[in-house]
Amino acid sequence: MKKLRIWLTLAALFSCSCMLQAAAFDYELIPKQVADNTYVFVGKSEDFSFENGGNIVNTGFIVTSKGVIVIDTGSSLRYGQQMRAAIATVSNKPINRVYITHHHPDHFLGNLAFKDIPVYALGETIQNINNEGAGFADNLYLMVGDWMRGTDVLAPSKTAKAGKFSIGEHQIELLALSGHTSGDMAVFDHTTGVLFSGDLIFHKRTLTTPHANIDQWLKTLDVLEGLPLKVIVPGHGTVTNNKAPIREMVDYLVWLDATFTKAANDGFSMTDAMRIKLPSKFQSNALLKSEFSRSVTHLFSKYENEVFERVN
Amino acid sequence: MKKILIFMLFLVPLSCWANNLVKDPLGSVQWDDMYGAFLKGYPAVFDDRVRVIAPSFAEDPMNVPVTVDASELKDIKKIVIFADFNPIPLIARYYPTNAEPVISFRFKIQQASPVRAAVLTGDNIWRVGGVWVNSAGGGCTVASTGRLANDWMDYLGDAYGKRWKKANSSRVRLLINHPMDTGLVPGIPAFFIEHLNFRNSVGDVLAHVELFEPINENPVLSFNFNVKDSSSEIYMTGSDNNGNEFEAEFK
Repeated sequence: MKKLRIWLTLAALFSCSCMLQAAAFDYELIPKQVADNTYVFVGKSEDFSFENGGNIVNTGFIVTSKGVIVIDTGSSLRYGQQMRAAIATVSNKPINRVYITHHHPDHFLGNLAFKDIPVYALGETIQNINNEGAGFADNLYLMVGDWMRGTDVLAPSKTAKAGKFSIGEHQIELLALSGHTSGDMAVFDHTTGVLFSGDLIFHKRTLTTPHANIDQWLKTLDVLEGLPLKVIVPGHGTVTNNKAPIREMVDYLVWLDATFTKAANDGFSMTDAMRIKLPSKFQSNALLKSEFSRSVTHLFSKYENEVFERVN
Repeated sequence: MKKILIFMLFLVPLSCWANNLVKDPLGSVQWDDMYGAFLKGYPAVFDDRVRVIAPSFAEDPMNVPVTVDASELKDIKKIVIFADFNPIPLIARYYPTNAEPVISFRFKIQQASPVRAAVLTGDNIWRVGGVWVNSAGGGCTVASTGRLANDWMDYLGDAYGKRWKKANSSRVRLLINHPMDTGLVPGIPAFFIEHLNFRNSVGDVLAHVELFEPINENPVLSFNFNVKDSSSEIYMTGSDNNGNEFEAEFK
């Protein structure tokens, strides 16, 4: 009996130490400078998990003399709070405004930490958050657990308009685009040449398609290619000083479209399409196999419908 | 404590009796019940030649794509397909009389569950294969999009598809507009396609499939029929649980 007690005590101690480790819930957000006055919190190129707490996204901020501009608020209340704390280590200027690039949960669920600040998004994005935000939040609670504590959907309070404006010494352009979703905002700083692309660009991390329109996305990438940009901050993946990520995006989207067209024409079912061999040139992109499989679920029925004819 | 012990004494022989069944490689507590509900009468074995192909995570719980492929087995009487943890586990029964024992479909999943196919062969043994599909859930208790838009009756029974002819077989893929209501959404009774029969132009049966509530809204199905004469048309007839009848023709 004594032995049993010792074991129980040891087991209890062990589980306590595990809990303590997780109880910190620290995303370890470190601002990485990518240009003058411009910083990025680089997330992991992974899917949501308890281990990463949902820190799979790139968010960022621009420091101007009129205040700080924040781009996206991350996946949880805790992420948003820790973002604010990390921004304060770089600048003592107040946060002037927040831009939300699109309605996916890893980009806006930190909004509650910015409820005292004007949060802007495109009209489509606000509508999409109102329609789908609660479901996204439920899903994230399921996937990353207690990291989400206190997180609730807070739709952006202000509708953003496309166009250029000056704030401090920075000239910023908001681009109202679509393709990854029905409302994708890109934030381009003409002063530094930094593009915050949101999820219009993934880099070395396979793109996701739950609300994608490939034709529209390709047109949008043409627009981004035409910008006089020096730095790309993708929604997911590594920051670059060249346009290579845009060409890689086009390459994958064109391949995806051609592959689904052929598979549908050849009579493939979804499960057949999920088992298509993936080209080696895309293998260096994280999560290739799982994202390709997800894309089949998202997009393949549209290709089937183009092949099917009325049979009664 | 004594009472519990006495209760346990009764339980032990009971559970031994139930566990004459082979152990479930997927480790589902529902396996014994599934056997009792859908397979009893014949012994069951787990057999890798019964392949159930599905993604490990249900990206869209309303449309989980599955292929069941038992083409390594001979002399197949029927294939029963079910998901242990669905509120309505039974998904389909397939009778591939003159068809390859391969069928693809999509279904609604309510929570993480094994998805299984049990194949009854001529020696009267159920040969069972399956995979776990993880899910955020909720696929069975959400109203269909046709119900939400309230336009399903405009399209009911409209069928789309295509036939791919090969030397000795024809692949047919088919979409039929139907809400496939599970009956689990308050105020919307179960309403689903029950039977689809496929015949060639001289009336020989190619295959018969029974569908159940978990099949997705506007079902999309794939079959491979044994058709030697590629000029012979393939006819489909079917009906739902409200007596609506459906037809289609594949040239």
